[in-house]
Amino acid sequence: MLRPPLPAVGLLLIGSLTAGPIQSNELRDLYFGEALFYAQQGYFFEALERLDSEVKQHDAVDERQLDTLYSHIDDAEFSLGDFELRYRMHHRAGRAIRAVLEGAVDELVRNDAAYRLARIHFQKSQIADAMRALDRIDGKVPATIRDDIQFLRANIYLAQESPAAAIEVLEPLQGAATFGAFAAYNLGIAYLQNGQRQEALAQLERAGRHKADDAGELAIRDKANLVLGTLLMETEDYGQAVPFLDRVRLEGPFSNQALLSSGWASMSSDSYDRAIVPFSILAEREVTDQATQEALLALPYAYGKLNVHGRAAISYGTALDSFSAELTKLNSSIESIRDGRFLAALIREEIRKDSDWVIRLRALPETPETYYLMQLLASHDFQTGLQNYLDLADLRRKLLAWQASFDAFDEMVGIRRTHYEPLLPDIDTEFRELDSRMRLRMEQYKMLVQRRDHMLTTPRPEFLATREEQATLTRIQQLQAQVENPEDSFRAPFAERLRRLQGLLMFTLETEYHQRLTRFDHNLRKLDDAMAVVNAQYDQYVRTRQAATHSYVGYEQPVSRLRARVQQSLLRVERAMARQGHLLEVSAIEELVARRGRLESYVDKARFALADSYDRATQAQAKVAEQ
Amino acid sequence: MQKLIRSAVLFLLTCAGLAAAGAQELSGEDMRSLDGQVQEIKSDVLDIASELSNLEERLLYPSNTQIAVFVSMTEAEKFRLDSMQLEIDGELATHHIYSYQELQALQKGGVQRVFTGNVVTGGHELRVTMMGQLASGKDFTTSESFAFAKDVTPKALGITLTGPTGIQVGDW
Repeated sequence: MLRPPLPAVGLLLIGSLTAGPIQSNELRDLYFGEALFYAQQGYFFEALERLDSEVKQHDAVDERQLDTLYSHIDDAEFSLGDFELRYRMHHRAGRAIRAVLEGAVDELVRNDAAYRLARIHFQKSQIADAMRALDRIDGKVPATIRDDIQFLRANIYLAQESPAAAIEVLEPLQGAATFGAFAAYNLGIAYLQNGQRQEALAQLERAGRHKADDAGELAIRDKANLVLGTLLMETEDYGQAVPFLDRVRLEGPFSNQALLSSGWASMSSDSYDRAIVPFSILAEREVTDQATQEALLALPYAYGKLNVHGRAAISYGTALDSFSAELTKLNSSIESIRDGRFLAALIREEIRKDSDWVIRLRALPETPETYYLMQLLASHDFQTGLQNYLDLADLRRKLLAWQASFDAFDEMVGIRRTHYEPLLPDIDTEFRELDSRMRLRMEQYKMLVQRRDHMLTTPRPEFLATREEQATLTRIQQLQAQVENPEDSFRAPFAERLRRLQGLLMFTLETEYHQRLTRFDHNLRKLDDAMAVVNAQYDQYVRTRQAATHSYVGYEQPVSRLRARVQQSLLRVERAMARQGHLLEVSAIEELVARRGRLESYVDKARFALADSYDRATQAQAKVAEQ
Repeated sequence: MQKLIRSAVLFLLTCAGLAAAGAQELSGEDMRSLDGQVQEIKSDVLDIASELSNLEERLLYPSNTQIAVFVSMTEAEKFRLDSMQLEIDGELATHHIYSYQELQALQKGGVQRVFTGNVVTGGHELRVTMMGQLASGKDFTTSESFAFAKDVTPKALGITLTGPTGIQVGDW
């Protein structure tokens, strides 16, 4: 029990999720919030997919301070590491946290990252790397992880077999709120490793009395008592061992071992009658448990020692029946696993829906493939392998669903292509005509605007003449050209009249210039509005036209690339699943075969003992009859 | 016999009663090697998922018509949200029934993307209806309508639930 306690780690991780920026600051990035939404429900794949994309997008932005993730980036990168850790991607989790560690970040953040990195290394049994990461902690440390750092440091010392250093770290941790019971237990183990047996016994006794209401702490308290009792049994202090073993809760995870040990401790101190109680309790429990199977033999043995041979014979008979039934179950289990039903039972949908899937496994119906599941799950490697197998099964389901979606994508793109392709050429022809007319009008409009702007500085009254006035002016100019002919004898009176007429027209144009310019400007402004509407409609059309093309063009390549990648990944997943599944089956069968061997030897012993008890019982009866 | 059984008990205890030693020793090395491979596969599939999401979004929800509605809760919620219904311009957009896990995730600061769809540019009306239970155990239903404008860029609307009668909608 040198590792940090699982429930405590779970709490720490949950703590790190909930203590994110969202609690203290206003959440500005909704995609980060969305990732948290999935992570809080235990959907770490979905959380990672969203957050990873968001962080990558943020990194690609030129002006990061304008991005919504900017104020959360440190927390987002931490969360990324956390999610990866929770999704059992230690390699990537380490990389993400190392990135934070090496970035220009605040001292508190850097130290937090160093601690998390150390924890990852420790979980991967990379003890030296874990210590190196802890050694990078320098300066201010977040108050919430101060004890966690020390607890981890002590565990690393214990793993490095440096118990004296561990003792130095653990002693000040005694009574710490988070790690109280664990620190107490580990200190006892450290004393033991350091050869300080008396201190170890005293410390384990303290750990065994630790006040706790948390399930993890209660379990470690039980374990302290169990280890203490075992140590005393090793030195044949059986009488002293019993009270400690009896302190172990009857409903805890160490209860069966404690009952068995308590029974044997009593037997060894010749208190056979006291051994009957724990053995009897244990013999009534789940018969697949090894301790229970041993109790089934130990109970009649104790009766025999008490000279109650008849009772012993009956109990041996019961044990034989149980063992035979268990052997049948074991054989069915082995057979069922060989037929591949074991793995099929594990990937049932109802288990995968729950984040506490290991606990849910207990609720699986009693079938040959699940009889000994909980015993197999006790192995760390088996559990890791099983988790990987379930993750792979989950990935396979996703990949198969995606594979099916590609056909839907193709169909969708095909429908759009069939719809748009015949329509677009006519629309484009019509649009080109409209476009050229629009461009002409645009040019005219621009010219008018330029003319107005020019007239504001250089008045040109003739530009504001009406069509009639312009025609009159042109006619006058033509007539003037004629009367200016030197051969014409009547030119003088006409020239004079034409000059007067021109003067009259110019007078009107000059005097009405400002009014006309104002009207011209007013009309031009009205045209501005109309042109804005036209431009907006033009832009909207262009966008709609582009959207029509984009709705079916350019998908072939990405879809076919993704289709190939999904296919490849599916093959990799299936290969890995087959290997992982095979390993699980082999290890399960090996474990069950070993159990069968043990049970078979128990059966032999029970048969022999049964016959012996009958003989003794018969002899006792005969003696009574003789008397 | 006592010796034999006791040695078995002591063996159990030295294993700290937790480890099934046989299975652990036989396949530990292989399991660890596979663990590395599984991590690589996970990484690969995550990349595919990300690329696929982008493609899907481009194909199904083009930016000029895309609208996404997100839901969040303020911390001090004293009611249980059972379901939420969204209507856009009188048409049912989505109806979502909340699981306990989802509710917990919202209360812990998660943001749920409750709807992604398409609407044309211009003005629209969003009607939010939420159903749930008050701390007193009484059922409640609240509805509110909000106007919003959709332009050519993707639209993200945030619904913030501040209480049994408090629905706020704004651009995110």
